Amino acid sequence: MRLELLAALNAERAARRACVVVTELASGAQRLVGSDQVDADPLAGSIHEALALRRSRLVGEGERRAFLAVEVPPPRMLVIGAVHISQALAPMARLAGFDLTIIDPRTAFATPERFGDVPVIAEWPEVALPAYGLDPFTALVALTHDPKVDEPALVAGLKVGCFYVGALGSRRTHARRVERLQAAGLSPDLIGRIHAPIGIDIGAASPAEIAVAVLAEVIRALRSGVAHAEGVAA
Amino acid sequence: MDVTESDVLAAAERWRREGRGVALATVLETWGSAPRPVGSRLVIDAEGNFLGSVSGGCVEGAVVGEAADVIASGVPRTLEFGVADEAAWKVGLSCGGKIAVFVERVD
Repeated sequence: MRLELLAALNAERAARRACVVVTELASGAQRLVGSDQVDADPLAGSIHEALALRRSRLVGEGERRAFLAVEVPPPRMLVIGAVHISQALAPMARLAGFDLTIIDPRTAFATPERFGDVPVIAEWPEVALPAYGLDPFTALVALTHDPKVDEPALVAGLKVGCFYVGALGSRRTHARRVERLQAAGLSPDLIGRIHAPIGIDIGAASPAEIAVAVLAEVIRALRSGVAHAEGVAA
Repeated sequence: MDVTESDVLAAAERWRREGRGVALATVLETWGSAPRPVGSRLVIDAEGNFLGSVSGGCVEGAVVGEAADVIASGVPRTLEFGVADEAAWKVGLSCGGKIAVFVERVD
């Protein structure tokens, strides 16, 4: 790999843009294809598919054999709510490779004493989100139980196409949330992407157990590229 | 500490800029159960220092050895490891899987 190509690849990663490195195995020729340049590439079809699945793969046969290395930005997790579950979720999510940030406007919750070196932004989501920059490679986990705090973030996450959007709350709480989001003009398809009740069903009871259920659901969404609707009442 | 794909690619660039001979190994293909997915990377320098992984530690030693040749020659090569291979008794995958690894020099 030429150093210029490697540097360009690292720049794309730093800017959180997806791209594909195409290596023609017979000749060793390589090119970097940005997500906005795919249509112009001879392998456009395969590259689109690999990007959608976020999966690197070999394509073609013999002399035309090529490797598509899909380079997607490292996953982030944005947690709304500096709550007890978040205290357990933060170290777990970091171990699993997520770059985690917490937003909570309630300054009594958002303290360094409770979260150590985890970045905690003590602002309303409407204020904090533009600078944070939600993107499709971010999981949005809403845990405050407070519609004033959770819902602006949920709406933003759905509109940007976060790979995972989940919200804490019982089925009844979620039904009321759905009504409010419908009234706000969100389509049923978008609203249907919310994982609620949040977390896969492992019978989680304690905050740490719920954190495991949430992290597992986020990882499943990341790895399968498929939205799942089932969950636990948390 | 966990090492991410970004760390590996950043190290490859940094090491090369420092003037070191650098090779990048990438998992091209896996068959059966393999510990690291296609696209996983390992960066190796001419001294044999490395970061990242292409297996669960089973074949990294062999890849690092091959990388020294690739750094010297500049010619990329594809390596295959698996239990079906004669060499597997020396550097095989205990999980029973098979992997192909592309090793190239960073120029």
